[in-house]
Amino acid sequence: MQQAKPSPSPKKKIVPSDRPYPIVYLKDVKRIYTLGNNRIHALNGVSLSIKKGDFVTIMGSSGSGKSTLLNMIGCLDLPTSGKVKINNIDLSKLDDDGLTAIRRNNIGFIFQQFNLIPTLTAIENVEIPMIFNGQSSEKRRRKALSMLKRADLPLEFANHKPNEMSGGQQQRVAIARALANDPPILLADEPTGNLDTRTGNNIMELLKQLNASGTTVIVVTHDPKMEEYSNTSIRIQDGEIIK
Amino acid sequence: MKMKDIFPSMPSMLKNNMYVELAKRNLKRQSVRTILAAIGIIIGVIAISSMGILGNSLKLSVTDSFADVGDRLVVSPAPGENQITERQVDQMRKVANIESIIPVSSSGEIIEYKKSGATIQSFVSVYSISKDDLEKLAELEEGRYFKAGSTDCVVGAGIASNLELTPGQKIELDGNKLRVVGILKEKGMGFDINTDSGVFTSQEMYNKLYPDAEEGYNTVIVIVKDIDNIDAVSDEIEERINKKEELVTVFAMNVITDSLDDVFRSISMFLIGIGSISLLVAGVSILNVMLMSTMERTKEIGIMKAVGASRKDILKMFLLEALFLGVIASTAGAILTISGSYLIMALIVKNTSYLLTLSSMFYVLEGFVFGIATSLVGGMYPAWKASRMKPLDALRYE
Repeated sequence: MQQAKPSPSPKKKIVPSDRPYPIVYLKDVKRIYTLGNNRIHALNGVSLSIKKGDFVTIMGSSGSGKSTLLNMIGCLDLPTSGKVKINNIDLSKLDDDGLTAIRRNNIGFIFQQFNLIPTLTAIENVEIPMIFNGQSSEKRRRKALSMLKRADLPLEFANHKPNEMSGGQQQRVAIARALANDPPILLADEPTGNLDTRTGNNIMELLKQLNASGTTVIVVTHDPKMEEYSNTSIRIQDGEIIK
Repeated sequence: MKMKDIFPSMPSMLKNNMYVELAKRNLKRQSVRTILAAIGIIIGVIAISSMGILGNSLKLSVTDSFADVGDRLVVSPAPGENQITERQVDQMRKVANIESIIPVSSSGEIIEYKKSGATIQSFVSVYSISKDDLEKLAELEEGRYFKAGSTDCVVGAGIASNLELTPGQKIELDGNKLRVVGILKEKGMGFDINTDSGVFTSQEMYNKLYPDAEEGYNTVIVIVKDIDNIDAVSDEIEERINKKEELVTVFAMNVITDSLDDVFRSISMFLIGIGSISLLVAGVSILNVMLMSTMERTKEIGIMKAVGASRKDILKMFLLEALFLGVIASTAGAILTISGSYLIMALIVKNTSYLLTLSSMFYVLEGFVFGIATSLVGGMYPAWKASRMKPLDALRYE
């Protein structure tokens, strides 16, 4: 089984070819979970194509399958059937470390819960993805600082631990971390869900800015107001795209 | 996956010091638990190394008593024979690879001495030996050796201290007075001659003491040139003298030291075995601590994986933590063992020389290495388990 799957070397950057292709491509993707005797169709034949530089919102109520869809794009989950291509790489051909390499170099994650490492300071949290990318400590430090600046975190917080920061500040650290390895795609799962409206809007503005500088941004949300930030909006219901 | 991939090299590991930093902080995070796990390892290391040192010191203290005798053969009359004759000694002289042949005649005497008012009787061996031969067997503590043909004597350390003798004093043996001219150094137990409780004098004086003694010798001590030849020399002596009938018995001293070595090696192994059990228990506690750590940090592992940590990275993080714990605890264990043993030996045995030998230190090193290995082995399964976690499941873990 292994030898049929040529996986890219984990530390090597996967170089996209010159031919134009969608950065995210899903074809007839199904994801079925088995819970006891029940088979749950979380995704029921989703086809989707996202171009480089898009700002996409994926809308849907809870249980609609929008998080499952995001996990597929983020290489955290594999489809039961169908095809997923990220940056023109077919995920079905990759093993565990291959998927890790795609995540490391192509995707920045932003979570609703921020998901920072509690023992590490803000700047160290931003360094984490660069460690796994084999960067030297000096380079990491410099890059992490510039990413925190880019995410608008006041720099006096750089040496603070997550529990010493507000929710908005933590989310900025998380965004800086997501940007650390210069991924072409940013995935955000309800990034404003744990924030008040004003802070939430600031975060969305930040994502908008990042999108303007060329990063593809995909945001999963159930808040219809988020749609106004995006240029493409996808609505999902019962595991199928309805718009 | 090779160890080389996990721990590429110390310099690059210290350069990428975030792993080290992470390990330190994660150990600090549950400091009580970390300390308890470390105590387990410390006890294990102390148990292994102190048991090893104990066995080794026992061995050293006993084999020291037999030191310098490994190159000797003791030839005595075979059962049924009374003496070794001059002719037999001449036959021994023809054997190759012999350094020296020391014929000894001996007899026993009861002497009396007073100690805190009471009269105590003690047994001494009286030896007839040439001055030159005595020099080969024993060193002087004070005084000098007797001159050939004189009526003077040299006494062993045990007799000298019991009778409170100093050179120049006289002792009485069977009505004859002998002047003590020298006192030998204390030597401990021996299988050839008992120098500590011996009175050594010239053949002339011996013949005067025991005019009825038969011609010949009670014992002949043969010192070989090279200890490797001892068996060949022993065989050749037997061949030459016992050609027709069993006249002498040849006894190699190294047989004793060899069998003592075996005994003490077994004792050491047994003691270390006992020590190992405590280290095994410590290993299980490390396993437990690391497993709890992986469970508690499931979500963190998920985050790490989501942002690009490979299985190898996660494995490395957890193994490094176990390694850290092992190195710190084992170092503490080794230091405690050395300082503790030193104190015990200095205060109770009043002799620390056996501790500071290479062979004792080897057991400390052994305890140290086993301590680290135990931590690594204990950390291996949790690390493997953490590395195999599915990122999505780990992220959802609360």
